[in-house]
Formats: sequence, structure tokens, C-alpha cells
Amino acid sequence: MNTIHEIVLSWGVFERMLAFVLLAPLVGGLLAGIDRKVSARFQGRYGPPVLQPFYDAFKLFQKEKIIVNKFQDFNIVLFLMFTIFSGALFFAGADLLLTIFSLALAGTFFVLGGFCVGSPYSHLGAEREIIQQVAYEPMIILVAIGMYQVTGSFKVAVIAQYQLPLILYLPGVFAGFLYILTIKFRKSPFDLSMSHHAHQEIVRGLTTEFSGSTLALIEIAHWYENVLLLGMVYLFFGFNPWLAVFVALATYLFEIFIDMNYARFKWQLTFGSSWLFTAVAGVSNIIVLSLMR
Amino acid sequence: MGWFKRSPWVLHYNATSCNGCDIEVIVSLTPLYDLERFGIINTGNPKHADILAVTGSVNEKSRQVLLNLYEQMPNPKVVVAVGLCATSGCVFQDCYNVLGGVDKVLPVDVYVPGCAARPESIIDGILKACEILEEKYKLQKKQAASG
Repeated sequence: MNTIHEIVLSWGVFERMLAFVLLAPLVGGLLAGIDRKVSARFQGRYGPPVLQPFYDAFKLFQKEKIIVNKFQDFNIVLFLMFTIFSGALFFAGADLLLTIFSLALAGTFFVLGGFCVGSPYSHLGAEREIIQQVAYEPMIILVAIGMYQVTGSFKVAVIAQYQLPLILYLPGVFAGFLYILTIKFRKSPFDLSMSHHAHQEIVRGLTTEFSGSTLALIEIAHWYENVLLLGMVYLFFGFNPWLAVFVALATYLFEIFIDMNYARFKWQLTFGSSWLFTAVAGVSNIIVLSLMR
Repeated sequence: MGWFKRSPWVLHYNATSCNGCDIEVIVSLTPLYDLERFGIINTGNPKHADILAVTGSVNEKSRQVLLNLYEQMPNPKVVVAVGLCATSGCVFQDCYNVLGGVDKVLPVDVYVPGCAARPESIIDGILKACEILEEKYKLQKKQAASG
């Protein structure tokens, strides 16, 4: 592990970006496959093969292209591009704030893609997506602020190599981040806008009008996003790379566990609870930290 | 590589069925039969679907809905008639309001018999439909290549 760490450290900015662009979809797709397998096991089923998300994506690329209007695909391509951009920035060790803002921009393009078509299901999904964004965005910014307070830098490269355990300074921020991570991973109880399960409720939310290769691009963007978010979990435990990777994977399994055990919340409860949790866990942690210094 | 065979997504439509076959379709998703182990997902959205599984004898009211759903599905696509009502109209075939089978409206590729169709035979029918899906894709590609 330490040798891998050293190899990564010896790379330049562009090599790291390239590594993210090429490797993240493989890791993300594999994680999605493990997710489906583990979810099936929780429900007492055998479950699809671990490589199933890749099969799905390859199949979707072979399907006929049905485009409702010309803005639809444009928005989704921008969604994918900005997700890759923010992930590449993160893994190149650039500014954490810039990563967070470009990820928010990517999410905005996704919502615009949902709004530009005529389907009421898609509109409902897009509205719910906006509510989710408002619910999780403050906490993500608090993560950056908390890390700045401890390490004195917004640079991911500096934060990742900080020798003291960040988690001991930021337990509240980490708890808050775990809470909104459920929204970002699109897991129950917060899978309001589009869900991998129960396709019948609002058909398929945001992705209702997307088919074929565009739907595959949405899936791939989601894989990139998941890897980026697990990278942010890594930062909390950056003092020990082994522990950090372990905790990132454990976090993913924890989210699957939550997903299997909860029914879907209403949007009011989603919004209220995540802001309350952000205030109680995140803001109080940051206040205590600033009083200690 | 046969990606269609590995990830067929099913849209299920109830065209005036008595719900017997519908329950059996849902049963094939439960832990006992677990359709998802073949990568099959029961989707509610025609734009995501590859296979249209229809139950029921189809009457004048459901005819247009069925056509709409079929037209919204991107190619290649396959229709599976689940249960005796969907294949022939069963005991309802002489009713004045009943068309008597899905094939009066859509080109059906696989007929799954049974009243109600057993989950085993539904799974068998869906897997047969996967192979037809694969053939249709190859044919479509050949036609596109030859212009």
C-alpha cells in the first residue's frame, strides 16, 4: 500500500487526472455491482453478477437512440464532463472548494436535463433533485471549511498528507457527511428523485425520458461521482492510507445497509432532517474547533 | 458479446388481466425465483425497457395504451405474451369487448402458456425472449450495414 502511495505521489498533475479518468469508471462500476449483489443478499436473493452494471451500460450503448429534444443530451454530456472535471481536480490534489463547486454545477446540469423534457414524472424528479441539492450542499461545504480549519489549506494534496488524524478533530463533520452521503449515493431513505429500486413510484424520476446511450452516460457519471465521494471520505483518515481505504469501503457497505433498512422519506423530512443534522453535527463541530484554536 | 442477453429490462403491462398472471410475474422477482440473477430488471418505464411482458386478453380500452407503450420502446424490442388470455383470449375470447390475445395488436415473439402462467414458465419465456432480442439486434445491424 505504501509503495502504491509513493507511486501516486511521484506522479504529476496530468498523470493523476488521467488515472482518475481511466480507473474511476472501473472502480465505480465494480462498486455498483457489489452494491447490487450485497443488496440482493440482504433480501435473501442470489443477485446479479458483480459485473452487471457494465453489462447494462454496454447494452444501453447498443440500443436505439430516442431523443426528445436537442437540449436533452447536451445537458447530460455537460453533467458527465463536469463530474469528471471535479473528480480529476480532486485526485490531482487541487482545491477542494473548486471540486465541490464544479460538482454542484454538474448536478445543476443534470436537473436542467430533467426539466428540458415534457414528462411530468421527469419534472417531479428534477424538482426533488433540487430539494436534495439544497439539503446536502451546506454539509459538503462544511466539510471543506472543517478541513481548512484543521490543516490550514483547501488543497486536497495537503489535506491528504496531513499527519494528524482529521477524524479526531472533525467527528461531527464526518457524521454529517455520512448523513448526506446517503443522498448523494441515491440510497433510501433519500432516493426521492430517481431510485434504483421501486421503479413504479414516479416511473424513474429524473431519468424517465432518457434512454439508450444517454442513460448509460448518466450511470457512468454516477460511478465517477461515487469514487469522488469515497475519496472525500478518504481525506478524513488520510494519516493512514490503509485505514482510509478500509473506512471508505466500509462507508459504502454502511450506505447499502441503510438503503436496505429504510423506507423512503418524504421530501419535507429529507430536507428538514439533513439541515438539522448539518446544524447539530457539522456547525457545532466547526464552532467548537474555532473556540479551541 | 451478447449484452442484450445479459441485461434485459422488462416492462410489464396489465391489459385487462384478472391479476393472476400479474402476481406470478411479480413472484418471479421474489427471493424464491429471483429474476434479477439474470440481470433482469422490472422497470416501469417503456423508454428503458427491452422486453414488453403483457398479461390479459386486451380489450378496446387497453389497445391504444399497449400500442403507445410499444412505440415508446427503443429498438431492438421483444413482446412476450404471458398467460393464456394474452396468447388467445382464453375463456374470454367470445366476449364482445375482448380482442382475444396480444397478437391482435402487436407482433408477439414469445407465448407463455398457463392459467395462471407458472413463474418457472415465465422465466423460461423471458430467457427465450432474450435470445430473440439478440437475433433482432444482429438483424438490425445487418440491415443498417446493407443500407
